[in-house]
Amino acid sequence: MNISPRVTQRIAFGVMWGAVAIVLLLLLFIIGYILWRGFSSLSFDFVFGPTTEGGLRAPLVGTVYIVALTLLIVVPLGVGTAVWLSEYAPIKGRFAPFIRYTLDGLAGIPSIIFGLFGAAFFVYMMIGEQCILAGALTLACLSLPFMVGAAEEAIRSVPKSQKEAALALGATRWQVTWRVVLPAALPGIITGAILCTGTAIAETAPLLATSGFSAFTPHSPLDGCRTLALHLFYLATEAPCTGGVTHEDLVDKAMGVGVILILVIVILNLLMRFLSGRYIARMRGGK
Amino acid sequence: MPRYLVDKISRKAVLLCALASFFILVLIVVFIFRDGMAGFIENGIGAFLFGTDWSLKRGEYGVGVMILGSISVTLGTIIIAAPLSITCAIFLAEIAPPEVREVVRPAIDLLVGIPSVVYGLMGMVWLVPLIRDHFGGGGYSLLAAIVVLTIMVLPTIISLSEDSLRSVPRHYKESALALGATDWQAIWRVLLPAARPGIVSAIILGMGRVIGESMACYMVIGNAFAFPSSVLDPSRTLTSNIVGQVEEAAYGSSHMHALFACGIVLLVFIFIFNSVSFTMGRREG
Repeated sequence: MNISPRVTQRIAFGVMWGAVAIVLLLLLFIIGYILWRGFSSLSFDFVFGPTTEGGLRAPLVGTVYIVALTLLIVVPLGVGTAVWLSEYAPIKGRFAPFIRYTLDGLAGIPSIIFGLFGAAFFVYMMIGEQCILAGALTLACLSLPFMVGAAEEAIRSVPKSQKEAALALGATRWQVTWRVVLPAALPGIITGAILCTGTAIAETAPLLATSGFSAFTPHSPLDGCRTLALHLFYLATEAPCTGGVTHEDLVDKAMGVGVILILVIVILNLLMRFLSGRYIARMRGGK
Repeated sequence: MPRYLVDKISRKAVLLCALASFFILVLIVVFIFRDGMAGFIENGIGAFLFGTDWSLKRGEYGVGVMILGSISVTLGTIIIAAPLSITCAIFLAEIAPPEVREVVRPAIDLLVGIPSVVYGLMGMVWLVPLIRDHFGGGGYSLLAAIVVLTIMVLPTIISLSEDSLRSVPRHYKESALALGATDWQAIWRVLLPAARPGIVSAIILGMGRVIGESMACYMVIGNAFAFPSSVLDPSRTLTSNIVGQVEEAAYGSSHMHALFACGIVLLVFIFIFNSVSFTMGRREG
């Protein structure tokens, strides 16, 4: 039996609409399910209460610490690398492509390997104990390629004429970079920083053996901590240790943490879209 | 400070930043191999790779079961994820009306951002009971891991395949259309073959993502140390094995060495996938 090309096309397009619908429904379902199951367990006492009594204070503070430290390390390093790649690297030569390969290589390494590396290098070799600093250093290594990618794209889209104008006025290479290129690339750099924030909030495997799993509120970067995502993991997978608390209770709490995580990720995504939208508008309009 | 001096110092500083990524990569390889090789030597390379015993009590470690687990999860995931994501990629690149694209793209970006533990939790509370009630078994199974990982890897394969479809020169398709082909014939007979190297490279890169994903996989696969005889059986992968034990193993012990050796095996897989993907992607250009 021969099916006419028109009918084949109908069928094929139908299948494609179906596939996309499946993906969209999956996303809606996941978010909807977590929000629906988790919202009921959210309360002021749960979110801000001390963790030793079942609240989220320690993971909240821990997440803020980890994110701040990670950004403090990865933003300068990533922007520096991006500046070198786009402004300083010799145009001919193998060195810049080589650095790009290493960045691609880093981006391909599974996060659990970063966790093992962080435990061996930062924890046992350099610092001596599991702590926020070790966790943040590990996360910084993991998110470096994303930061470089975002920053380099932003720097490259700064119009050449702007740089040349500054150079013609007698500015040094660095003055051009610092006063012309980086301010113009700022929205892209912030987008990169938000991307790294999202990574630091979402990743758990690199922190398993590096950040410690203390349930106490941390006071310094050398204290142990758990992030919200890590806390969710412990709630969901660990057997309840105190009497009267069932596995179901813990899973409900984990759902509550899931709601917070999803809300944060949605906000970060919206922020990035807003920034890149504004950025594109500014580049197009010249102002 | 004179500005020429600042210029000189900053030139060195950004170069150092650029070198950092190289040093990090070298350090990762050195430190994983240092402890991992110890694991290989303590157990014997053959015994470690093909051994089916992982016992802290006897101090014998073999990853045969985990290698098989990782491979089954990866293949199972790709078999479902590849057709689904290529279909979505064609849709997004060729036939989606702009307003639909405007909805689908951000949605897919959002899928990437959701933490893997949230996917894992979702698998635990919804998928696992579903499998237990409707298909039998304990619920925690290869199948659960495959479904969760499929959702997680979709965005990667979709984005990369869409890129490679878009990079096919416009006039390929236009020539086909001019010869009287329908839209679909042009896509199926001209566009897809032209984009094939890029799509295959996207799929293999996706396989690297799947085999490296650890937390969500650990939460739903059951982590049982046994050869699975069906997709409904629990299993254990290289990554879930590390996740389950890295916190309790003492650093420097033969147990930790064995976990690092798992890391080496994982890195070898990733290296193979990434190199194949890279060479495939290159042929396209």
